Amino acid sequence: MATETRTTQGAPAPGGTSFSLSDPTFRAIVYQILVVGAVVLVGWFLISNTLDNLARRSIATGYSFLEREASFGIGESIIDYSPKDTYGRAFLVGVLNTLKVSVIGILLATVIGTLIGVARLSSNWLIAKLASTYVEIIRNIPPLLQLFFWYALVSDSLPPVRNALNPLPGVFLSQRGLWVPGLSHSPVWTMMAVAFAVAVVGTFALSRWAKGRQARTGQIFPMARAGLGLLIGLPLLAYILGGMPTALDMPKLTGFNFVGGKALSPEFFAILTGLTVYTSAFIAEVVRSGIVAVNWGQTEAARALGLPSGPTLRLVILPQALRVIVPPLTSQYLNLTKNSSLALAIGYPDLVSIANTTLNQTGQAIEGVTMIMGTYLTISLSISIFMNWYNKRIALVER
Amino acid sequence: MKSELLAAAAAAVVVTVAAGAGAATLDTVKQRGFVQCGVNAGLPGFGNPDSAGNWTGLDVDFCRAVAVAVFNDPNKIKFTPLSAQQRFPAIQSGEVDLLSRNTTVTLTRDTSVGLNFAPVTYYDGQGFMVNKKLGVKSAKELNGATVCVQSGTTTELNLADYFRANNMSYNPVVIESNDEVNAAYFAGRCDVLTTDVSGLAGTRAGVAPVPDDHVILPEVISKEPLAPAVRHGDDQWFDIVKWTVNVTIQAEEFGINSKNVDEFVNSKNPDIQRFLGTSPGMGKALGLDEKYAYNVIKKAGNYGEIFDRNVGPGTPLKLERGLNALWTKGGLQYSAPFR
Amino acid sequence: MTDTVKHVGLPDERPPSNIVGPVAWLRNNLFNTWYNAILTVLVLLLLATAVPPFITWLFVTAHGFDATSQECRAGGGACWGFIGEKLRFILFGTFPYDEQWRPLLTIVIFIALLVGSCDRRFWKPWLGLVWAVGLTAVGILMWGGVFGLTPVENTLWGGLPLTLILSVIGLAVAFPAAILLALGRRSNMPAVKVLCVTYIELIRGVPLISLLFMASVMFPLFLPNGVSVDKLLRAQVAFIMFAAAYMAEAIRGGLQAIPKGQYEAADGLGLSYWQKMLKIILPQALAIAIPPLVNTFISFFKDTSLVIIIGLYDLLGAGKVALSDPSWRGFYRESYLFVGVIYWVFCFSMSKYSQKLERDLNRSHRR
Repeated sequence: MATETRTTQGAPAPGGTSFSLSDPTFRAIVYQILVVGAVVLVGWFLISNTLDNLARRSIATGYSFLEREASFGIGESIIDYSPKDTYGRAFLVGVLNTLKVSVIGILLATVIGTLIGVARLSSNWLIAKLASTYVEIIRNIPPLLQLFFWYALVSDSLPPVRNALNPLPGVFLSQRGLWVPGLSHSPVWTMMAVAFAVAVVGTFALSRWAKGRQARTGQIFPMARAGLGLLIGLPLLAYILGGMPTALDMPKLTGFNFVGGKALSPEFFAILTGLTVYTSAFIAEVVRSGIVAVNWGQTEAARALGLPSGPTLRLVILPQALRVIVPPLTSQYLNLTKNSSLALAIGYPDLVSIANTTLNQTGQAIEGVTMIMGTYLTISLSISIFMNWYNKRIALVER
Repeated sequence: MKSELLAAAAAAVVVTVAAGAGAATLDTVKQRGFVQCGVNAGLPGFGNPDSAGNWTGLDVDFCRAVAVAVFNDPNKIKFTPLSAQQRFPAIQSGEVDLLSRNTTVTLTRDTSVGLNFAPVTYYDGQGFMVNKKLGVKSAKELNGATVCVQSGTTTELNLADYFRANNMSYNPVVIESNDEVNAAYFAGRCDVLTTDVSGLAGTRAGVAPVPDDHVILPEVISKEPLAPAVRHGDDQWFDIVKWTVNVTIQAEEFGINSKNVDEFVNSKNPDIQRFLGTSPGMGKALGLDEKYAYNVIKKAGNYGEIFDRNVGPGTPLKLERGLNALWTKGGLQYSAPFR
Repeated sequence: MTDTVKHVGLPDERPPSNIVGPVAWLRNNLFNTWYNAILTVLVLLLLATAVPPFITWLFVTAHGFDATSQECRAGGGACWGFIGEKLRFILFGTFPYDEQWRPLLTIVIFIALLVGSCDRRFWKPWLGLVWAVGLTAVGILMWGGVFGLTPVENTLWGGLPLTLILSVIGLAVAFPAAILLALGRRSNMPAVKVLCVTYIELIRGVPLISLLFMASVMFPLFLPNGVSVDKLLRAQVAFIMFAAAYMAEAIRGGLQAIPKGQYEAADGLGLSYWQKMLKIILPQALAIAIPPLVNTFISFFKDTSLVIIIGLYDLLGAGKVALSDPSWRGFYRESYLFVGVIYWVFCFSMSKYSQKLERDLNRSHRR
């Protein structure tokens, strides 16, 4: 790509390069040197200013603060964290919180979005209208406003913690969030998790075997039923063998708050609901256009070949629709992940919020912002790479 | 008309270029015609705009005192409201000349954040506010409580330290904006609101729907000396801010206030003559008008006046002098001598 | 559904009622299968439980625009007194009260410019001139200082004019930058291409908040000692950088849709690169890219609400600050509903416009 082989008027005969501006090859090189030079110059200007400013105002630099004790508390965390831990670990807590809300949000938004997208195509006028109203309202209101609304809904409209709603035994709903009974600590849960993992591997292996057998002999193996049986059966077996523990860890109001059980904070609820609702409206549109894009003739052709409606959907419609759906769906997933940074505004401790606290406490703004950007770039690139891989896979299925 | 428009546009865009590097803040300020001061966006008693956009508060008055010292005009000043997060970058970068935003003096801020702190204008400490209905009498009873705290403050760190030291656990709700923290507390999201005691008093007086429903617990868990700050690298500007704050304290010690300052101009006391610039030397050393101290007292008042009109017993905050009384009255406010 | 009756000399007859008419419509659209019938009934039940209380809250038991907060707190439905009290604050922010006709006029100018630009008959070079005049007028109105207008610092700007300024000016400046980036990305000069791809992907890979953070806390350190740029301008720059990357992708889509023959024909005519681009490729590519560009603008318009995070009070920010007034705390439904409706009207009309434009352009393409 470095040389332009096209020749135009005024260019010398092919083969020789003259050092004249009328030669496109030479001109391209000059342009590139100029552009790169300008960028380098601006970059150098900014960096030298920054270094000068940092030195002049004796602001600390470097990432050594990551090793220091953070000494601030974080409201919720997947891993153990206390103010004794380092800034590095605090940041990790933030990254995990971001991933948690993004992954759950993506799953929920996909399910809801797909349902609404299908509903928009429903032959039922009422349902189609309702779904399109949902889409048109949700996607034309800023996500931040929706987030504020959900957060205010919980913190202003639910009762105080002492008068918590108690719709089911052990379930409490108050402006401090939702408490549900948790599972008491028992080795059985670990056993069940292992059994589930084994079942996943087993299902995968079984499906490969079944495909191979179908290719060889033409016999169809009831894969769906077998897989489901494995995935449910093995953990259930582990549960029964483990002695079927039924003890639950019930939340109890002790002192200021509920203790025990599993808690869902209002911040997490607000950010999850906000992201899910907002993104589902966009996913609905993606799904709808994906389904519309598959020609009706495809369905008729599959019927003519004698395929039942299940395989028609699975083998004919879905692969083609997915081909249209996956690229825009990827960008919606990326948007959801990036929008999770809005958590800062309502106090959910995501990575932006924790990096923000860190940069306030240490005064090292450049390092803080770089860490935010670096992490998001990594997440974005990983999602892109995975979805590109998936896209290639389904593209192969089609032809 | 066109040049006026251009000037207005240029002023509004505020791409301010200083005349050279280093010790130039005073020149920049003079050239620009006003002091740019970073203040709290909304803390009654310290930095708070009224509905007409006029700024009031103790921190604001020290900004005005500096404007008087430089220009002999308390209105040659512009205020930039800053959040806890924005304050350090704003002063580091030169967006503001002076940061007077209830900022605690700490070693980290003095060194790695790159600030120089003027004398302390308010000796404070961190406290807790709870709803009376909870019946809590002491901070030691707060085990397991949900605590609302503003992020990026020393408060956030002291809170963790205090609970750790007392073997208690807490559940932090950390929010960036002061307004949001208060809103979360008053909505009932948290049991406890924590910040400097003065800030709690201001919030209770100015923000609480019913001030009497809330009680500030007796424990003060930290030292929070609040002081105006300037950035490293400009000693002259630092001196001006430092000795402007000192003027207000020294004036109170001499018994000079904005009403009686004229009577002292012809005082026989050589200390006072030097102080008010009747005998020259002090102002010039700072690069200011010889009568800058007189101007500051006349137009901004002495420390006691500034305290009383913003946070004193006669205001909604109802704060006593306490640690902020003069050293001669058992407090900590003490000015180095004008000599 | 087209039921044409052949004319064979007999008078027209109404089609049978099982094909047209309300009953047939109901049967075809709501009760065509047993599960649709069940769904319809369920949805109707749901609507019956949700909608009437909402309408009651919204209108019937609501307090009027002159209600005080005490009256509202006594009970009843929506408290429009909140909007009545805070309307000017939400719309104009902290702009001096007596001068608020200026931001109002600004809003009117912006809307007029936007609506005017939607009409394809006005897509002429003089439209640019109209925009220049309009934006100058906006600048004069907001800043003041000339024609006897009191100067108003931009720290006092807020509400809807701030939202419009950030989005419209951001768009206007980002547009040419986006064209350059899109051309650079498709350039066959590797260095230029790499730079443009890096920039676009870098910006698109990070959340807008991190760019605003950069503008707010990092950017000041990039400048030479003693130089500072005010907060609004820094936020505006962040928005421009952000918008340029996304718009560049929309324009690239347009460029890719141009058949190769167009490029070859232009080359064959001996046009230079810029002649080729300005006269042949871009006019076609931009026309194709307009619908995605409008969509980018819609999301950009919504994203301006993020400036609240760096302490600027746009429409959403003002709506939120209005809620922090102790005497009006808790009326968040009214505030967010009001602000949400304003955003919605802007975004919805733009998205409808973009759909219409897409149809029109498709029609002319098919021609």
